[in-house]
Amino acid sequence: MRAIITILAVAALASVPLWLRDPYLLNALITTGIFVIGAMSLNLLLGFTGQLSLGHIAFFGIGAYVSALTSLGFDIGLPGGFRLVHAPWPPIIGLMLAILVAGLCGYFVGLLSFRVRGAYFVIVTISFAEVVRLVALNWVELTQGPLALTNIPSIALPLPGFGELTLRTKMQNYYLVLAVALIAYLLIARLVHSHFGRAMRGLMENETLAVSVGIDVTRTLTIAAVISAAIAGAAGSLYAHYIRIIDPEVFAFINTVTMVIMVISGGKGSLAGPVVGGLIFGLLPVALRPVMAPEAQWIAYGGVLIAILFVLPRGIVPSLAQRFSRRRSKATALASVTLAETAAKEPA
Amino acid sequence: MSEFLQHLINMLVLGGTYALLGIGLTLIFGIMNVVNFTHGVLYTFGAYIMFIVVQQLGLNFFLALPVAVLAGWLLGAAIELTLLRPLRGSDIDTTMLVMIGAWIAMQSGALWIWGGVAKSVATPFPEAPLVLGPVSVSWLRLFVLAAAAMLILVTYLLINRTSLGRAMRATFQDHDTASLMGVNVDMIYTSTFAIGSSLAAAAGALLGPVYVIFPQMGDLAAVKAFAIVILGGLGNITGAVIGGFILALAEELGAGYVSSGYRDAMGFLIIIAVLIFRPTGLFARAERVG
Repeated sequence: MRAIITILAVAALASVPLWLRDPYLLNALITTGIFVIGAMSLNLLLGFTGQLSLGHIAFFGIGAYVSALTSLGFDIGLPGGFRLVHAPWPPIIGLMLAILVAGLCGYFVGLLSFRVRGAYFVIVTISFAEVVRLVALNWVELTQGPLALTNIPSIALPLPGFGELTLRTKMQNYYLVLAVALIAYLLIARLVHSHFGRAMRGLMENETLAVSVGIDVTRTLTIAAVISAAIAGAAGSLYAHYIRIIDPEVFAFINTVTMVIMVISGGKGSLAGPVVGGLIFGLLPVALRPVMAPEAQWIAYGGVLIAILFVLPRGIVPSLAQRFSRRRSKATALASVTLAETAAKEPA
Repeated sequence: MSEFLQHLINMLVLGGTYALLGIGLTLIFGIMNVVNFTHGVLYTFGAYIMFIVVQQLGLNFFLALPVAVLAGWLLGAAIELTLLRPLRGSDIDTTMLVMIGAWIAMQSGALWIWGGVAKSVATPFPEAPLVLGPVSVSWLRLFVLAAAAMLILVTYLLINRTSLGRAMRATFQDHDTASLMGVNVDMIYTSTFAIGSSLAAAAGALLGPVYVIFPQMGDLAAVKAFAIVILGGLGNITGAVIGGFILALAEELGAGYVSSGYRDAMGFLIIIAVLIFRPTGLFARAERVG
C-alpha cells in the first residue's frame, strides 16, 4: 500500500516537466525540491533523534560554497606568505566535496553540541550558522563577500561513451533534483528502518532506557548529524549550480526556518512529512503571488503555519494517516478526530 | 589604554539594552517554557513606536519611552491570549513554531506598513558628546544607559518585592503547586509574556534612535537575546543582566581588536565556548523543576 503510494507520487512528480511548460513554475518546483532535500535531512535529526538544529542552513550553505569554489577555483593568501591556488575542477567533483565537507562539519558540530541537548543544542546550531555566515561575508578573498560568487558552472554528468551532459535547461535540472531527492529519501528510509534507526528512536523516546540496553548515545547522535549534514550539503551544491550565484545571504536564518516549517507542518518523524510540508510551503508563495502584495504573502505564510499547528499539531501526514486508518476501521469521522486528538496528547 | 576605556563605556551602553532584551526572554522561557521568536519583532515594534510618537505625532521624546513600554505590554498580552493560551500543554516545538509564524507575519506587517526604508529619530540631546578625560560618550547614549538601568531595577523590584513577582517566582519553581496555592497561573503567564514583551519594546525604543529603524532590525537582536539567555542560564534574571554585559564587552573588544566585520561573531563564539565548557550557563542555579 505504502509502496504503491510512493511509486505513484514519484511517477506524478516525474511527469511534471512533460505537461508543465511555464518556466516560472518549473523554477519554483526546482528550488522547492532543493529545499525539500534540506528539509528531509533536517527531519533525520529533528524527527528521529529529537534534536532541533536551527542552524541547519549552515551545512546547506557550506555545501553551496564548497561546490562553487571547487568548480570556480580560487587563489588565496595563507599565513606565512604562502598562497593556496586551486584550478577549477568539474562541478560533479564539487558536489562530492560538498557532501564530504558538510558531513565533516556535521561531525564537529555533533561532537561538540551533543554534550548539550535541548534548547542549548538549538543555540549552538544557530551560533554555528551565524559564525559561518560572518566568515562568508568577511573572507572576501575567498568568497567575494557580499559581491557573491558568480558564473558558477552548471553540473555536467559524465556519460561513459557519450562524453558529458551539461545540465542547462530547467527540465534537466528538475530531473537531477528529483533524482537526488529520491536517493536521499531512500537513504533516510533505509536508515530509519535499520537497527541504527531503532537506536535513534529509542534514544528520542527514552534515553535512560536506551542507554541501559547498550546504545551509545554520542556515537548514534553524531552519525545522525553527519548523514544529515552531508545530505544538506548535497542540496546546497545543487542550489549553487542551479542558481549559479551564491552570496552570504544563503545562510540567512529565515532559510533554516523555512526548512523547519516544512518538517513540522508535514510531520516530523514521518518520511513523507518533509516532502508534503515542503511542497506546500515551497509553493505557497507562488500560489499567493497573483493575488497578494509580497508583504501580504508573507503574512499569509505565517498565518497558514499557525493555522496548521492549531488544527494538525502533529503535522499533516501523521494526522491524516491516523484519520484515514481510523475511518477504515469503521469509527465515525467525529470520533476519529477526537481519538486522534487524544492520541496526540498522550505520550507515546 | 584610553581606547580600552572607550570600549568599556560603549560596553556599558550596549550591555544595558542587551540586558533588557535578555531579561524579557529569560522570564518567558523560564516561567512559560516558550522559546519566544516574537521577541525580536517586539524590539522592532518598540523602535517604530518611538518613531511614530516623535517623528509622526511630534510629541516629546521622553514621553515616547513609556508609550513604547505600554504598547509592547499590550501587544505581548494580545499575543499570549490569542496564540499561546489555546496551546497550553502543547510541546515546546509547537509553541516555538507558532511563535515563528507570528514573527514572520508581524515582521512582514511592519514591512507593509512602514516600508523597507530605514527611519531615524531626532533626539533632543546636544550633538557634542560628553568628554570625560580620554573617553567621550554621547548624551543620547548616556540617556539610554540610565533608562535601561532604571528599567532593570524596576523589573528586579517587580519580581522580588511585589505579590505578582512572588506568584511569578512560585510558578517558575512549580506551576502545579503554585496553582494549588491559589495562584492564577493563566494570569501569571499572560503577565509574564506582557512584561517580557514590554522590556523588548523598551530596548528597541532605546536603541532605535541610536541606530536606524527598519523592519528586520529585530532579527539580530533576537539571536543576541538568545545568546544572553544561554550565557546567564535559562530562567536566571541576574544571569541575563550579566550575560548582556558580557556579550556587549565581547562585541566591543572583538570589533576593536580583531575586526569590526566579526563584531557579531564574537557573541556566538562565546556561546559556543560557554556551552562546551559550562553547558548550564555561567551562573547556574537550581534547574527548573517539573
